[in-house]
Amino acid sequence: MAQISSLSEAIAAAVRDGDTLAVEGFTHLIPHAAGHEIIRQGRKRLTLIRMTLDLIYDQLIGMGCVDKLVFSWGGNPGVGSLHRFRDAIENGWPHKLAIEEHSHAAMANAYEAGAAGLPCAIFRGYIGTDLPKVNAQIKTITCPFTGEELAAIPAHRPDVAVIHAQRADKAGNVMIEGVLGVQKEAVLASKRSVVTVEEIVDELPARSLNAVVLPHWTVSHVVEVPGGAFPSYAQGYYPRNNSFYKQWDEVSRDRDGFLAWMKDNVLNKGPEAFAHYVRMPRAAAAE
Amino acid sequence: MADYKPNEMMTVAAARMLKNDDVCFVGIGQPSAACNLARLTHAPGITLIYESGTLATKPNILPLSIGDGELCETALTTVSVPEMFRYWLQGGRIKVGFLGGAQIDKYANLNTTVVGPYDRPKVRLPGGGGAPEIATSCGEIFIIMAQGKRSFVDRLDFVTSIGHVSGGDSRQKLGVKTKGPTKLITDLALFAPDPETKEMIAVSLHPGVTREQVAENTGWPVRFAAEVAETEPPAAQELEVLRELHARTNRAHIAAA
Repeated sequence: MAQISSLSEAIAAAVRDGDTLAVEGFTHLIPHAAGHEIIRQGRKRLTLIRMTLDLIYDQLIGMGCVDKLVFSWGGNPGVGSLHRFRDAIENGWPHKLAIEEHSHAAMANAYEAGAAGLPCAIFRGYIGTDLPKVNAQIKTITCPFTGEELAAIPAHRPDVAVIHAQRADKAGNVMIEGVLGVQKEAVLASKRSVVTVEEIVDELPARSLNAVVLPHWTVSHVVEVPGGAFPSYAQGYYPRNNSFYKQWDEVSRDRDGFLAWMKDNVLNKGPEAFAHYVRMPRAAAAE
Repeated sequence: MADYKPNEMMTVAAARMLKNDDVCFVGIGQPSAACNLARLTHAPGITLIYESGTLATKPNILPLSIGDGELCETALTTVSVPEMFRYWLQGGRIKVGFLGGAQIDKYANLNTTVVGPYDRPKVRLPGGGGAPEIATSCGEIFIIMAQGKRSFVDRLDFVTSIGHVSGGDSRQKLGVKTKGPTKLITDLALFAPDPETKEMIAVSLHPGVTREQVAENTGWPVRFAAEVAETEPPAAQELEVLRELHARTNRAHIAAA
């Protein structure tokens, strides 16, 4: 049964030091406000699972919240490197980071296996690559019917899934539209979940008969955080702020600049700042 | 002849490889520009698929990331990421996969993971993303990469996704039934695999490019086809559409800032 609460209450209740978290959103609906709250609450020793690390994990890594990453792509999309991620891997700053590196196909399959209650994901993958040499969790399994050798990795079973969606109703039923990523699978694979939404409405709006809805009894915490995906986007609400992604390259490049930015924009702010970010005046209406 | 940059020649040459009835899995950056140029010129019916789940998308501007709203809004439909990788990619529905990379070797194996040793990398690159399975599940692979000795290397630091492995029939011996890299498009030349050895050999040089230039920008002793063609330069219309696409994209990104 979903609890509707403030963001600080939801994160405090759901996320503990040492937890394994899946903070998901594939380019779209990345829960940045929730990520900031995890940083503000000073959670430590986290294992973070995510397909594309994006800025949200760059920030968590740089603030020293993370011991281990399970991931499949670690860049700033369309821009270049994630400097905090690279600094952690290349120089061990702020501390050494353990990594378990996969492909996108593997990660997507592992979430689906987790949601399906299976112990492992089986798929046709990793053929000829060096990834199995550096990740002991990548194994093979022989199909008992055809003899084909397939890749197998453990299912993702996070302690907590954290996602952002457009809407929930007052009971906590959550509706997701647009690029869906792996959020439904991540929530269903996890023990607990925190869902931030653009708005909580009396009733979910008119929708396709096959709309993607997470029933209230599958989510633990629902929080209204308008703009909570910024600088990612929420289809129907606000576009991706591509220039912020470009600016992050500069902001995150050196350690002091990064820490100063985090102090001003995360540690000394609250989730209400996000509504302001998405309403900031734009040079012109997006085409 | 119209004035153009080597990068424009590369994108135009890559776009020409695509056909109207192709179903194409598109990577972000250079591949995305080439695929959309094809769609806006000779291949209006091409099906473009991005790994964010957007199926048959027709973006008016180039996306900065693989899951921009533009891709979803102009798609026939958008499926979840597990469905994209399981039914569409692994299910063998995709004819052409379009990849780029940080390093490539003569058998068109790619590295996008690390420069230097994995445990103590000199440069930590983003990693594989969709590439390891795109490389083996798509019917064939086109690769687009600017040439240089740091990227066209004799030995990869890490194999992120396979091409023709160690040449000959080594790819099939791994149980892979798809063709692998059939075309490599660079800013200097077009490459294709030798039918026997599977080494990527230069089959066409872009106008004004010499064999010496190609050799100087390749980290292995590059081979040339018995008959090396000259690539048709970009037509005025191809350049116009490509430049307008980039201009439109820049305007939209500035407007959204």
